[in-house]
Amino acid sequence: MTEIDRRRLLAAGGGVALAAGLTAACGSNTGRGGGGSGPAISQWYHQYGEPGTQQAVKRYAAAYKKANVSVQWRPGDYDRQTAAALLTDSGPDVFEVNGPLLDQIQGGQVVDLTAEVEPVKDDFNQAVLAPKIWQDKIWGIPQVVDMQLLYYRKSLLKKAGVRPPQTLDELVDGAKKLSGKKAKGLFLGNDGGVGVLGGTPLFAAGLSLIGPDGKVGFDDPAAARTLGKIRQLYADKSLLLGAPTDWSDPAAFIQGLTAMQWSGLWALPQIKKALGDDFGVLPFPKDGSGGKPSVQVGAYGSAVSARSKRKAEAKAFAKWLWVDRTDYQQDFALSYGFHIPARISLAKKAQQLQSGPAADAVRLSTDHGYAEPLLWTTADRTAYQDALSRIIKDGANPESELKAVVRKVNAELQRVKKK
Amino acid sequence: MFGPQRRNLWFWVFVGPFAIGLGLFTYVPLVWSVYLSFFDAHNTVSPAGSDFVGLGNYAAMLSDPAFLGSLGTFALFTVFIVPATYALSLALALMVNRLRCAQAFFRSVFFLPTACSYVVASVIWKLSVFNGVRFGLANTVLGWFGADQTAWLSTTHPPWYWLVLVTVRLWLQAGFYMILFLAGLQRISPQLYEAAAMDGARPGWQVFRYITFPQLRATSVAVVLLLVINAFQAFDEFYNLLSDARGYPPYARPPLVYLYYTALGQDQNLGLGSAGAVILALIIAVATVVQARWFGLGRKEE
Repeated sequence: MTEIDRRRLLAAGGGVALAAGLTAACGSNTGRGGGGSGPAISQWYHQYGEPGTQQAVKRYAAAYKKANVSVQWRPGDYDRQTAAALLTDSGPDVFEVNGPLLDQIQGGQVVDLTAEVEPVKDDFNQAVLAPKIWQDKIWGIPQVVDMQLLYYRKSLLKKAGVRPPQTLDELVDGAKKLSGKKAKGLFLGNDGGVGVLGGTPLFAAGLSLIGPDGKVGFDDPAAARTLGKIRQLYADKSLLLGAPTDWSDPAAFIQGLTAMQWSGLWALPQIKKALGDDFGVLPFPKDGSGGKPSVQVGAYGSAVSARSKRKAEAKAFAKWLWVDRTDYQQDFALSYGFHIPARISLAKKAQQLQSGPAADAVRLSTDHGYAEPLLWTTADRTAYQDALSRIIKDGANPESELKAVVRKVNAELQRVKKK
Repeated sequence: MFGPQRRNLWFWVFVGPFAIGLGLFTYVPLVWSVYLSFFDAHNTVSPAGSDFVGLGNYAAMLSDPAFLGSLGTFALFTVFIVPATYALSLALALMVNRLRCAQAFFRSVFFLPTACSYVVASVIWKLSVFNGVRFGLANTVLGWFGADQTAWLSTTHPPWYWLVLVTVRLWLQAGFYMILFLAGLQRISPQLYEAAAMDGARPGWQVFRYITFPQLRATSVAVVLLLVINAFQAFDEFYNLLSDARGYPPYARPPLVYLYYTALGQDQNLGLGSAGAVILALIIAVATVVQARWFGLGRKEE
């Protein structure tokens, strides 16, 4: 073979490869349409851990006859994936979102869904619907309610002579008594509660993140006092740290590495299966005379991308699935994982939520549930968590740390209200 | 048949696609990022519709204690990792170089971790070796001597997380630099050692001090430069060892992790993130040039 032959061969090979690449690109799965009838809509979900959920949402999508809905099940850092995808035209039409966030609403990335939700607005759990409303318009349809709560092992508490804590002081004392060489009293996550607690201790002190007046809700000495007690838990070595799985997984609690664990409602079936009746649930205990027990609730919402080329069809599908088809909503909430349906009427009907710790959890979410307000931005959360980390782990002065956070939150409030 | 015109054509056939890729995916985003850094661009990569803030983002970044803290983290990491990797890889190279048999085997053994991804290694370090409960490898071994269990990644006093961060990177990269040093060692003329022996130099430290180490100067300069640049780019092991679904602790947060959360995380503050990226790029460029001049990189050997 002469040199020119080799070059021709290379060029021809390159041409074939290029053509094949282009063909593959044209035919690659963009998530838009599966070749059926009707307009093509893509719908994104984050990867749920519970088996059966993916098949269920695909079944719902297939049952919709007015459009050809293709489901994308996205593992990994879903919130960041959607945030990036919303900047481009290749993002989803309908997607679930841990929000939408205020910046996403103000940035015009999601569309107004008020008309779709309005007829049944009062039937939604108001704690989780409120953060989806901005300037009297609804920007996301709550799918299911998730909540965090305190699990405790009855037998271990009884053995140590500790009663289920009703106040933060009792929690601090009890966790200390329950801590030994092989197990700790309390698990708030491997970071000592920095990530998961959020505003929960502040609500337990009778405060809030952003007050109803739209101002900082924790510019108060009680906030520093309460966060100081979380530091006490760390300093007493009552907290489990460095467990193989984090707070969202009940493994540490089930394996007996901790007597109490802050986790989610989703962990309840697994704990019940492992421990039977040897556990109970509590809210985060109140602190101080003005305090009240608190549990954080939240809801992924279904939203429609403003960049969708089929906004009307996407809105119609979102309404069909998350407003009209209550049977699917019930199935999604309780047949695979363990969540409270976002609709009050459905939550009341659910058999699985009517007895034992599950019923206690539903009552706690109704009586003591709070959700992070829409005005609590990502920058606020980061500043607060950084301060919380320094208070808990480094023993930094809670008052001065919180003052810096208050300044940051005020600046953020000014920024978002300017828009 | 192979005239200049035809050669030109083939040149562009082969180089063109890469040049276009480089321009499209490196230089355009770079220029775009600099442009975007002058705007208050939240949740958008387009300056159109965003407020022009001039140098506001730069001022905000340079007065942000979290960003400045991240630069401090980087400096601290460099202080740990550069000398540690340098010393370990040089020591490994000297040992392997002296072996009379099974040299290829040991060279492969030390080089193999380079093939492991940072993500996988971080997960092994986090979940198996340095997890904080009693059945973690490190805690099990320490437990034999009666030590209490340690939460390696969650304890800031003492800052045990540095041990985890440094050891995972050492394990991953020492083998690669060992190969560079081995190549350097094999380029040293045996006659130099013979001459030194004739002059009465004692084998061991004296020969290393006066022959080997000076002869490795060019390799050392390249290794240190690569180590510093690599340290600047630290992201994977920090992110995978210390972050969780709810965020990242304020300690041990290198600049790239901070910028990731600012620009690409849910914050989506792309104007501010771009300003931070420009500042970081300038710091890397200045540090590299200063270091290169200091070590005399590229200067002819005297």
